[in-house]
Amino acid sequence: MSAVDVLDVGTTPRHSFSARFLLSELKIIYGRRRNLAGLGVLAVVPVIIAISVRVSSPGTGDGPDFFSAITGNGLFVAFAALTVELPLFLPLAVSAISGDAVAGEANLGTLRYLLTIPVERTRLLVTKYAAIVIFAFAATGLVALVGAIMGLALFGGGAMTTLSGSQVSFGNGVLRLLLSCGYLAAGFAALGALGLFVSTLTEQPIGATIAVVLINVMMFVCDSISQLDWLHPWLLTHWWIFFGDLLRDPVATDNLQRGLITSAVYAVVFWLAAWARFSTKDISS
Amino acid sequence: MTSLPIGEPVDGSPVVTRGLTKRFRHQIAVDDIDLEVPTGAIYGFLGPNGSGKTTTIRMLLGLIRPTAGSVQLLGHAVPGSATHALRRVGALVEGPAFHPYLSGRANLARLDAGDRFADRATASKRIDVALDRVGLLAAAGKRYRAYSLGMRQRLAIASALLMPRELLVLDEPTNGLDPQGTREVRHLIANLAADGSTVLVSSHLLAEVDQLCSHVGVMYEGKLVSQGPLDALRSSAVKTIQVDTDRVADAARVLAELGLTDISQNPNSVTGTLGAVAIEKIVPNLVNDDVPVLGFAVLRPNLEDVFVSLTGEGFDVSG
Repeated sequence: MSAVDVLDVGTTPRHSFSARFLLSELKIIYGRRRNLAGLGVLAVVPVIIAISVRVSSPGTGDGPDFFSAITGNGLFVAFAALTVELPLFLPLAVSAISGDAVAGEANLGTLRYLLTIPVERTRLLVTKYAAIVIFAFAATGLVALVGAIMGLALFGGGAMTTLSGSQVSFGNGVLRLLLSCGYLAAGFAALGALGLFVSTLTEQPIGATIAVVLINVMMFVCDSISQLDWLHPWLLTHWWIFFGDLLRDPVATDNLQRGLITSAVYAVVFWLAAWARFSTKDISS
Repeated sequence: MTSLPIGEPVDGSPVVTRGLTKRFRHQIAVDDIDLEVPTGAIYGFLGPNGSGKTTTIRMLLGLIRPTAGSVQLLGHAVPGSATHALRRVGALVEGPAFHPYLSGRANLARLDAGDRFADRATASKRIDVALDRVGLLAAAGKRYRAYSLGMRQRLAIASALLMPRELLVLDEPTNGLDPQGTREVRHLIANLAADGSTVLVSSHLLAEVDQLCSHVGVMYEGKLVSQGPLDALRSSAVKTIQVDTDRVADAARVLAELGLTDISQNPNSVTGTLGAVAIEKIVPNLVNDDVPVLGFAVLRPNLEDVFVSLTGEGFDVSG
């Protein structure tokens, strides 16, 4: 009796992008204790900010912009947390996931089994990158969500004072927070494309992650050197801090637009670089 | 390369390579091989460690691009249209590899999720059937990291059985298995072949292939030194005869006069290499000289003998 007789299995070709494989990819990412611990660390930062502002005496407005505003509106805990995690914590999380994407499977040897199943190489890169983008949005959203909940619990909500000094409704403030998350996550997702590319170059996931973190830090360093101002517009990280423009009234869109375009260009260029590298690579792991 | 008849026409064979070559920076790993696995065969892909078997298998499966030459897998060019071929191929490549913190079952589900020709609705049933087939159902919920090497090997074989496959490419499938496990895997491969799958099984264990395969291909230092039906390969190798007698010295003299070589005398028997001597002349000549023939046998050469006669060397690691 053959296996064909035992089971009626589908053999019709399905869509070239399979939600089932993406789901499996997300399960692998969110099922790993290491990644959950990382998300836990991301979520602790807004808690620390909220509690420390709460217990400190009011009026010591020496910190970053948003800190002084926290006591006025709890939503600013979320903005402050995003500002604090923007240079290292969030990029580090995205670097870990994206650096692991292909190199991790190569390191375990599971890559050769996926490819012979067969998962076509392009489909693998599309799915891996989709999972990275989802992670970037989820991680950013988590920081904002925990920040908002802690802030509203400890400082209350209500109308929000923008950086321009005007008052907007609470709903408008929440909308601006969501847009900030989306803007930042797009930037982190672009960093994730760079990570995906680096991940196709090696079989060492930790090495890939460290390389992406170093590139991220290097971009911040270059961005802080004024003699390199010609380079600044080309740096992905240069545009991230402009999410604060979403808190002006009216919203200043110039830098935000350029930031989004830069993110898109980074994402496309590095995804294509990953594809060029991976589609013909000898898999000997 | 010895040319031996192959039962099937070239076009219909599940695996056909022509001039397949892979050169890594400093050495040629696979050197101009014309592999041909006929439909329905259990093809033993033999060779010492480092002889190019795994590199060849990786090229068959589209994991490595050939430096030169072509691969036809189930009628499709690889790597060009590998997808169409690979969906009908189950593969075990160079040892098991799975996510250590997932269970055996979850690992198979992960692979099945990647197969866009697999039906999600039947996934859990197919996974259980595959696990059952390799005797791993009871341990299916355990984390992979807790598996013994034998269990890992079984899980890898199960992963090749998730979908009905026309061709199974199994690289060293009994590596790390105990004798009982080895027997079970051998039995399983025979069953799969009986179900109509063609099987390409690589091994560095000659005895394993000897018992299992209908065809063999022998790799040595990157070259395919021989391939064909196992019986044909055996008969092409040096034949030895054995005469059981109580007059050993006389028997040895007669055999030497007939032209046999490498004659050795044992307490109750004489063995010699046949060479060009006609086999039917031996017993009458012995009887004519009043040598009592208590038994006569043509010794089947084992694969070790075949291998040595092909390469002139033992079955050791090649550099």
